[in-house]
Amino acid sequence: MAPRTVNVINVSARRRILTFWERIYLPEIVRGLWLTARHFWVNLWRHALRAVGIKTSLPGAATFQYPEVRRPQAPRLRTLHRLVQRPDGSPRCVACMMCETVCPAFCIKIVAAEVVDPNIEKRPHSFDIDLGRCVFCGYCVEACPEDAIRMDTGIVEIGSMSRGGMILDMPTLLSLKSADEQAGKPVDFLQRRFVS
Amino acid sequence: MPKITIDDRPIEVASGTTIIQAADTLGLFIPHYCYHPGLPVAGSCRMCLVEVEKAPKLQIACYTFVTDVMVVRTTTPQVATARAAILEFLLANHPLDCPVCDQAGECKLQEFYMQFGRYDSTLLEDKTKKHKQLPVGPHIMLDSERCILCSRCTRFVDDITHTHELGIFNRGVHSELLPVDGAAVDNAYSGCLADVCPVGALTDRDFRFKVRVWYLDKTDSVCHGCARGCNIEIHTNRRRNHHNDGKLIARYKPRFNAQVNGYWMCDAGRYSYKQIESPDRFLQPRVRGADGRVQVCDWSTALAAVDESVTRAIAAHGVSSAAVIATPDLSNEELWAVRRLCRDGMKIPTVACRCPADPRGVEDNLLRKADTFPNSFGAQRILEATTESELTVASVLQAAASGRIRLLFVLGGGLTERVDPAHLQQALAQVDLVVAIQSHHSILTDLATMALPASTYAETEGTITNFTGQVQRYWPAIPPLEESKPLLDILAQLANRWELPFTPREPELCFAELAGQVEYFAGLSYRVLGWEGVNPSQRTTSKSTA
Repeated sequence: MAPRTVNVINVSARRRILTFWERIYLPEIVRGLWLTARHFWVNLWRHALRAVGIKTSLPGAATFQYPEVRRPQAPRLRTLHRLVQRPDGSPRCVACMMCETVCPAFCIKIVAAEVVDPNIEKRPHSFDIDLGRCVFCGYCVEACPEDAIRMDTGIVEIGSMSRGGMILDMPTLLSLKSADEQAGKPVDFLQRRFVS
Repeated sequence: MPKITIDDRPIEVASGTTIIQAADTLGLFIPHYCYHPGLPVAGSCRMCLVEVEKAPKLQIACYTFVTDVMVVRTTTPQVATARAAILEFLLANHPLDCPVCDQAGECKLQEFYMQFGRYDSTLLEDKTKKHKQLPVGPHIMLDSERCILCSRCTRFVDDITHTHELGIFNRGVHSELLPVDGAAVDNAYSGCLADVCPVGALTDRDFRFKVRVWYLDKTDSVCHGCARGCNIEIHTNRRRNHHNDGKLIARYKPRFNAQVNGYWMCDAGRYSYKQIESPDRFLQPRVRGADGRVQVCDWSTALAAVDESVTRAIAAHGVSSAAVIATPDLSNEELWAVRRLCRDGMKIPTVACRCPADPRGVEDNLLRKADTFPNSFGAQRILEATTESELTVASVLQAAASGRIRLLFVLGGGLTERVDPAHLQQALAQVDLVVAIQSHHSILTDLATMALPASTYAETEGTITNFTGQVQRYWPAIPPLEESKPLLDILAQLANRWELPFTPREPELCFAELAGQVEYFAGLSYRVLGWEGVNPSQRTTSKSTA
């Protein structure tokens, strides 16, 4: 058997030898402070002048005026979970435990109950998501065979003052709407087909 | 004896063997649905098709008998194509219920489709609709749509229980499994139908939606419901404590043992798991104070109280006024420990294990035994080996009622079901000191001066001896509940306090000592017993015939 050849890239980067001025440290600090301060003052003046209508062609460093103005989200961004409803408002979830099984953070807790409807049979009695443990990997959405859980609410502010407040129960999850629905946009194909 | 070759591996098997059995002895697995080693052959599912040399078509392995110089191949492309086609056919009307189906995770249809199926179905037709969510008995839920018509269940009720409650009705694509004349499937072994069903058509109503099967851990054990001692698996839900109503034990499943129970177990045994975590469990030590009030206390207080009052009672009245009732509910090791501590150590002459018959006991010619104690055979070998007269629990209670007994130990459950409660109450009222070591609440724990909580068989390790003399091991499935402790530990602590010689508290070492002392168990050890147990009575007869 011929020996297997392995391609090795030599990545042993040699560190640049510092000059004397760099090594005594203090001038570099002063240089850094100067750089930061220059950006600060230049932007401050440019924004101030723009505010009174002078020199509006000069660009100032721009940011979003959060929370009044929000950064646009990509449609595939994984945000806070929600449970999709059936037309009668009950959860589409059938408590198959796929999301609970696949969840790497063990943050989903479902308790199943029986429904006396041969077309449904099983439904969640409770469905809790502990956001304190959730890693927003989206595996639950991928695993769901019923398209019952989605991460399309656009909500990213999930903070709470207590650990208990980080646990969302089924009524809360069901009450959440998709970002499109909140914005009054027509909802996507699958959702529309199910609701109408 | 025909010599055949399966997948280039030669084997010699007895004539009358089928290909699937011959392959099984070689360790080769041939996928199948309708074939079940415990049932007659139907040959209806066609899943086990194999290639036999010189045969014009593929043959079913479950009903083709081996002939000399037969050459069988199970992995050829032709076999693979046939399997995929059969699976597509079986799934033609199978609903996509896997998310709500309790069988998902242990479903042969899922397993074989992942292994052998064709993933792109060519069927365009709609699926036929049949009965769904139909309770057909107290324990069984039927979903005809999921049924693949393998007829295992009808063969079970026809040939094993002979109750004939299920049949396949209508023809062609409308063929449907239904109860005959709307009868209820309520035979004593109906739970086995959920086991034999390879798909989710027949599921257990008791287990319905409790917990998904892939969360379960399996521990081998032995059913303690009657003297048969069916081999079981205890399925426990240890990883998700919000499932299964927050309980640990989810279900019992029969475990194959040709000498004891074959593939089956009765419903009474199957659902006896509920007793382990029932609200009736006795889980805190209790001591009755001088004022007659019962107080819950911790173990050290309880043991100190037992230590002190038993020592005082024996000093005052002597050991001849003391008696021990050890029911055959206990394991061989626990009974041995009772013998070591009470008879050898404390020198109590009266150690009784023969209880009156259980009025609830039912006997049939399949599995169930009228004796509902699991270890009567072992108890008689261990405790009665040294007594001359046949001592019964009834005579001990008689003596207690007449005031001749001042100190009484009651170890092991099952007494209150077999003795008239009024009689028991009357007898116990005459005894100064009653020490009860019990796993469940009963009038015994209420009336006892001191009651200590013992763990059940699901929480401890040990062996029991069934009515034929088969000594079988069971393993701990869950930790001891709350404050309960294994009986061996409790007795060991008492022996330690009284500085009496005792057996090792590890069940394995205890059994080794038992095997050295009691003739019936001679030569046995946990290693020798293995998973299926050993029957020393059969071993001695076979030796004598040889």
